[in-house]
Amino acid sequence: MANIRDIRRRIRSAGNIQQITRAMKFVSAARLRKAQERVIAARPYARRMTEVLESLAARVPEHSHPLLARRGDETIELVVITADRGLCGAYNTNIIRRALEFLNEHSGRKVELNILGKRARDFFRRRPYAVRHEAVGVLQQPTFADAAAIARDLIEEFSSGRKDQVWLVYNEFKSVVRQEVVVEPLLPIPRIESADEAGRLEYIYDEPPERIFARLLPRHVEAQVFRAMLEAAASEQGARMAAMEAATNNAAEMIEGLTLYANKVRQAGITNELIEVVSGASR
Amino acid sequence: MALPDTIHLEVVTPDRQVFSGDVDAVVVPARQGYMGILPGHAPLLAELGIGEISIRAGDGTDYMFCSWGFLEVLPGRVVLLAQTAEMASDIDVKRAEEAKVRAEKMLASTDPGTDFRGAELALMQAISRLNAAHRLVRKPRP
Repeated sequence: MANIRDIRRRIRSAGNIQQITRAMKFVSAARLRKAQERVIAARPYARRMTEVLESLAARVPEHSHPLLARRGDETIELVVITADRGLCGAYNTNIIRRALEFLNEHSGRKVELNILGKRARDFFRRRPYAVRHEAVGVLQQPTFADAAAIARDLIEEFSSGRKDQVWLVYNEFKSVVRQEVVVEPLLPIPRIESADEAGRLEYIYDEPPERIFARLLPRHVEAQVFRAMLEAAASEQGARMAAMEAATNNAAEMIEGLTLYANKVRQAGITNELIEVVSGASR
Repeated sequence: MALPDTIHLEVVTPDRQVFSGDVDAVVVPARQGYMGILPGHAPLLAELGIGEISIRAGDGTDYMFCSWGFLEVLPGRVVLLAQTAEMASDIDVKRAEEAKVRAEKMLASTDPGTDFRGAELALMQAISRLNAAHRLVRKPRP
């Protein structure tokens, strides 16, 4: 039978851990709310941007812009967005696993990585993959300036012809409980559906539509990268909150089980002592 | 067909929606010069430059700073997709003044490596910000 003092010590340490996990849960809940607000605040721009693009696409001949050029898939850049920190369940592992799957699927091609987040950086650093660019600390509070800088670098890489395709792998934020890892093509820009209703409108153009279209496309790519970063940031907090909630519950369960055990041990001890006293007296 | 009295204006930037509401008229800094839009305007697509937006609604006028982006006019609706946009009341005057001084210094330098174009744009942005902010002070809403 275990020593009662050891059990008490374990109860105490489980209690200490529970305090920490509970605190972390509340911190991520607060951060999640802010991250969610940012995701929602960024939506009107992305939506309007898509609308304008769609109405323009109806008027501008396709493939007339370098960012729409389809060249095959010989050289690919994969942008992997993970968190900077751990303790968020399987969040980082899932993204890295999906990235590895992508690398396996394209093993015959030349794939270079573009890493955002410390977790992926540390993982791929120790492995033989080509990493072209890495950035950490940009996901705590994604700013559009950061996203635009990353997007411009990707656009340059693509339009210079060094890369035929650019893909994103990140965690999409569906809801607090539902998140999923997605792999999306970023460049060449996937086919833009031309709008029907807006397509019928007769526009006045302040400048040639081709030129406006050409200027809009890079902004569109920037907005896509920004959205992915915002979604990733929100997902990270959501995943951490869920993980810490589970850890807090597990600690509670453990404390309960250990307390029960401790009481049994204590009772057994008392019974033993009684037996000793009784048997001593009867002699 | 009678023209509508107001037009719905939306100003959005990548990270948030800055303005949304029905207005009587709006003047925006298009790339080719300032452009006034009244209710019933024909569909239009233009690029935005750097400057001030004036929004007339009711008997008051509000001002805004914006730089770069796009302007779309649809039936009954104006959408401004701006790179940056700030309500005049939100403009940090001190910061804009500092930026102005910094840009002027750069423009005055004789170093051939200076990014004159960048400095010029920075100066334009600072001046437009200050103009928008000062207009609000000069002409308070009645």
